[in-house]
Amino acid sequence: MPTTETFYEVMRRQGITRRSFIKFCSLTATALGLGPSFAGKIAHAMETKPRTPVLWLHGLECTCCSESFIRSAHPLVSDVVLSMISLDYDDLIMASAGHQAEAILEEITHKYKGNYILAVEGNPPLNQDGMSCIIGGRPFVEQLQEVAKDCKAIIAWGSCASWGCVQAARPNPTQATPVDQVIRDKPIIKVPGCPPIAEVMTGVLTYMLTFERVPKLDRQGRPVMFYGQRIHDKCYRRPHFDAGQFVEEWDDEAARKGYCLYKMGCKGPTTYNACSTVRWNDGVSFPIQSGHGCIGCSEDGFWDKGSFYQHVTDTHAFGVEANADKVGLGAVGVVGAAIGAHAAYSAIHRAKQQDNQPSDASPAGDDR
Amino acid sequence: MSITSEDLLREKRRASVPKARRTAVYVYQTPLRIWHWVNALAITVLAITGWFIANPLPSLAGEASDHFVMGYLRFFHFAAGYVFAVGFLFRIYWAFVGNSYSRQLFTLPFWRRSFWTELWHEVRWYAFKEPEPHKYYGHNPLAHLFMVVIITVGGLVMIVTGFALYSEQTGLGSWQDELFGWVIPLVGQSQDVRLWHHWGMWVIVVFVMLHVYTAIREDVMSRQSLISTMISGWRMFKDDRP
Repeated sequence: MPTTETFYEVMRRQGITRRSFIKFCSLTATALGLGPSFAGKIAHAMETKPRTPVLWLHGLECTCCSESFIRSAHPLVSDVVLSMISLDYDDLIMASAGHQAEAILEEITHKYKGNYILAVEGNPPLNQDGMSCIIGGRPFVEQLQEVAKDCKAIIAWGSCASWGCVQAARPNPTQATPVDQVIRDKPIIKVPGCPPIAEVMTGVLTYMLTFERVPKLDRQGRPVMFYGQRIHDKCYRRPHFDAGQFVEEWDDEAARKGYCLYKMGCKGPTTYNACSTVRWNDGVSFPIQSGHGCIGCSEDGFWDKGSFYQHVTDTHAFGVEANADKVGLGAVGVVGAAIGAHAAYSAIHRAKQQDNQPSDASPAGDDR
Repeated sequence: MSITSEDLLREKRRASVPKARRTAVYVYQTPLRIWHWVNALAITVLAITGWFIANPLPSLAGEASDHFVMGYLRFFHFAAGYVFAVGFLFRIYWAFVGNSYSRQLFTLPFWRRSFWTELWHEVRWYAFKEPEPHKYYGHNPLAHLFMVVIITVGGLVMIVTGFALYSEQTGLGSWQDELFGWVIPLVGQSQDVRLWHHWGMWVIVVFVMLHVYTAIREDVMSRQSLISTMISGWRMFKDDRP
């Protein structure tokens, strides 16, 4: 593969018209929340910059991230994005296999030392010497460490690579470990979600290729432009929340009218993602729009936060599982009863004391 | 006019009273008393609105624009939260400029042996094992311990978790986020912060119940005033014995 080929040349070679290309640039600028002048900058970057190789590794995961990714609609269709990033290794969708495929990793990591992006889908399990995930006859954690050594930056696709996801849920038998706890010396961009939104994935990639830098990240390492707000903050059902109009049961009138799903355990108020703005499948819908609460799939440890249908997590302690509000109400009842009993006994005790002793010799005797 | 045995006894007791007879001490200064009642009101509003934010009232019919129930509940919760937080800051300030009793909330004589023996005495008094409690100008050791743990530490936890949750809507870069946003990844995620905020509420509610009960009970059964002290500031003692 010629190393000097630019993005634009690749696109033209693949039959994409100049007109489509410019449309793609402006759509990307819009998707990234940039001003109109940035469309030109993106076009310029695409015309002049050599393509950055991306190596896409798959660890312990379900490939739902890839399934989502290939459905990206804006910035344009998936094949454009795929040619744009020079996806040199992706064992899920690449044509080559076996030693031929593994040789590419070797080649790219040497040829583009310090200049390629590593995308990781899934995570490495560390228990039993990493035997729970074997790639090319070796534990995935070895492959990950080798490829990460000379990369420019790491994109952690999905909740698996970012937080651990279902395979890391309690009790996590394989000790599935998120990427940032295995690779500590590289910038890591977390793109959580199970899966992440296609346009968020392509948006993050496009930003990194266009500006040659990591997008602004929040405290947890997520790109602010897509994970800066909660689902709740931009939810189209938010007016019903503020008004106090809630779905009480799945088949009630309020559900038909599309009221807020807060009482049904919607995790929108605690989940940072772009679902309520970008939506899914070419902007067709997202879970709340189709009548089901958000399950918080892009949040850390969402499998271990209790039922999908309650927004206050149960507390696990001393082998029991309890809801904070139920325990709280119970405690108020018990303490209230105890206070009543104590007060009654105090009164009886005092009366007895006063009966037994003449008032002037009473220990609490007063001078009245 | 005859002299009864009772009169003699009273006379005898009066003679044994220490020279420095003190039946009342000014303990709680005016700003501190105002803080106490403002704080009590804020906690009440916070607990009630907090409960209805977590467990909303039955759904309302009609247009969304007709109602603003959750909006108002949240507004009063946040307003009371600010009152609580500002009050907390004022209370720290007052510990520096107020009298010695105003520092009790922030100092626990953990290493003083007598503190623990007196605390045990207080526990025994509540268990009906002691005939009478000791006299204290400020808090008794049991109350002192509870005040520090629940009001100072607990209050701080509620302020920190509360502002961390509040920062979620004021957004990244807001001062609430700059000051308290770090709490969310520290605890886990947003949902975990909510959980701790919930538990904190129940701890404080149970404390309030115990606080009100013991204040009334002590006012009736102990050797000193409690409730009127938080209104007038003066601690009255019912007897002159040490």
